[in-house]
Amino acid sequence: MNNDNEHKEGQEKISKEKSLNTSINYRQVFDDISSKYTSRRRITNKVVSIVAIVFVIGAIIPLGSILLEVIKNGIAVISIQFLTQPPGSIGSGSGGIGPAIQGTLITVGLASLIGAPIGILSGIYLSEYAPAGSAKGGRERAISFFANTIRLFNDVLTGLPSIVIGIVGYVTIVLAINSFSVWAGAFALSIIMIPIISRVTEETLKLVPNSLREAGYSLGISKSKITLFIVLKNAKDGVLTGVILAISRIAGETAPLIMTILGTSLFFTSLTGPVDALPLRIWRLASQPYESAHAFGWGAALVLILMILILSASLRIIARGRGIKVRTETI
Amino acid sequence: MSSSSNEEIRRYAPERSNVDDKEVLAPATKQANIKLSIRKVNAWFGKKHAVKDVSLDVKENSVTAFIGPSGCGKTTLLRCINRMHEMTPGGKSDGKVVLDGLNIYDKSSDPAIIKRRIGMVFQKPNPFPTMSIYDNVAAGLKLNGVRDKKLIHDIVEQSLVEAALWEEVKNELHMPGMGLSGGQQQRLCIARALAMQPEILLMDEPTSALDPIASSKIEELVQHLKEHLTIIIVTHNMQQAARVSEYTAFMYIGELIEYDQTKDLFKNPHKELTEKYISGRFG
Ligand SMILES: Nc1ncnc2c1ncn2[C@@H]1O[C@H](COP(=O)(O)OP(=O)(O)OP(=O)(O)O)[C@@H](O)[C@H]1O
Ligand SMILES: [Mg+2]
Repeated sequence: MNNDNEHKEGQEKISKEKSLNTSINYRQVFDDISSKYTSRRRITNKVVSIVAIVFVIGAIIPLGSILLEVIKNGIAVISIQFLTQPPGSIGSGSGGIGPAIQGTLITVGLASLIGAPIGILSGIYLSEYAPAGSAKGGRERAISFFANTIRLFNDVLTGLPSIVIGIVGYVTIVLAINSFSVWAGAFALSIIMIPIISRVTEETLKLVPNSLREAGYSLGISKSKITLFIVLKNAKDGVLTGVILAISRIAGETAPLIMTILGTSLFFTSLTGPVDALPLRIWRLASQPYESAHAFGWGAALVLILMILILSASLRIIARGRGIKVRTETI
Repeated sequence: MSSSSNEEIRRYAPERSNVDDKEVLAPATKQANIKLSIRKVNAWFGKKHAVKDVSLDVKENSVTAFIGPSGCGKTTLLRCINRMHEMTPGGKSDGKVVLDGLNIYDKSSDPAIIKRRIGMVFQKPNPFPTMSIYDNVAAGLKLNGVRDKKLIHDIVEQSLVEAALWEEVKNELHMPGMGLSGGQQQRLCIARALAMQPEILLMDEPTSALDPIASSKIEELVQHLKEHLTIIIVTHNMQQAARVSEYTAFMYIGELIEYDQTKDLFKNPHKELTEKYISGRFG
């Protein structure tokens, strides 16, 4: 032991303070045990942290290199004109991606307006109103069967290829009104959103400690108010994360949009007509045989990534700004 | 051991209650100053019979303690008194709980209103984490539809004063309730319950998560509060029961074994089980 001196001092201190007159020197025993295990624990600790860091780097490299590549190739074309003008004639390298930005904002916005409330309400229902576990009565059993069916559908929907959802949008809306339309795109995208938001909401609400609900009941507050103002408020961050996750997911969807909003080089005219979107525009630009189109494609990809980043950052800031920050260590 | 008729009477303790089962709903309860009568209450969790045929009377403006070994059903009985038990999954109960002549389990009584009249403080302090100190106390009023800002303000202040927390927090009412110490949080929860102006306050081991100083503050508080409300407190701490309560009910495996004035129950228990428990020979 290299700290013999310290050790002795410590012992003296203890015997002075408390005059331990026991036959076993507990401190000695403890030191022996701990020195035996300390070195092994240190090594294990080191190894585990190194492995963790390696894996983190492994996960960051592809992500980082994609980002770098997009920035490197896309930054040059970005200008006011690029962001606001409609595309020029093919191969000319003029114009911009204005309609695509506008179309994405409209379609994703509309999809969120449909999908987020339905998803959140469905998550609330599953977590707060559908009894989990052993249901006794006939009515309860029916409810829990219903809830489990919804959960199953959620899982199936989450795993469904998005082009299939595009086809559904095509068959139900495009064919019905006989035109590609914003509605059809928003509908398809909202169907992609709902199961994601519902699942995340359900899981987050379930994490809210039951003692808070009981505190609410004990004040004679109604269940709906407890759910809204106590449970949901506590789970706000988690629910918001779900919404952001879903929005980020749909903002980059291409396949269902081909079947629904089609894409156009014109600005938005009506909800029942076609509209452009960034992923569609990127895809179109990438499939053209011109350098200038490819450069525009990179630019559009960069814009899409930035839009998602800005959106999620600002949603979080808005959410933080309201209400009180909770000291995390006390929860 | 005394005669069986003597024991029967003790089961309904306050004032060696002359209120019999038939009179629970009648004016007799008022004359005897009985605030709450529990009659033949049973409670289950699924098939588990957690509270068995418990009957007792609770005197107005007094402190009644429930004691007994862990798992004997104190919490469950307490939660039957404000209809909280039925909200637990699998929770069922029967029997009567009569508050001022009204059976709270009658079809006509509204569980939400019962809960406003019978407040509850939980074992672990559970302030609403997203709310400030002020909003925690105001929550019950606001979420029950009280709009009058001035009224809310007055009640919040009054409740915090009653809960002996006002002096400590009056300058930081808009700080999060979670930022308080454990003992302060528990007093905040008491203030939150008091804001509903309850007639009875149920306290389930309110000091078990607190240090001795914080606990003694709460005990002191209980002594003040009983001047205008009726308190039922569950505790594991026999000294605490002896210090704060006038009546003590001893429970064992779901049954009420003995119920008497605290000083009699501790000094002169009539049942062997009670004697064993209070002398620390089990539990
Ligand atoms: N949610 C529940 N589900 C099933 N059984 C339960 C539940 N809560 C309590 N019980 C059972 O009911 C019985 C009474 O429990 P209760 O919590 O009322 O005891 P207690 O006297 O309050 O105990 P403690 O002093 O440990 O708090 C126990 O046997 C317990 O196992
Ligand atoms: Mg308990």
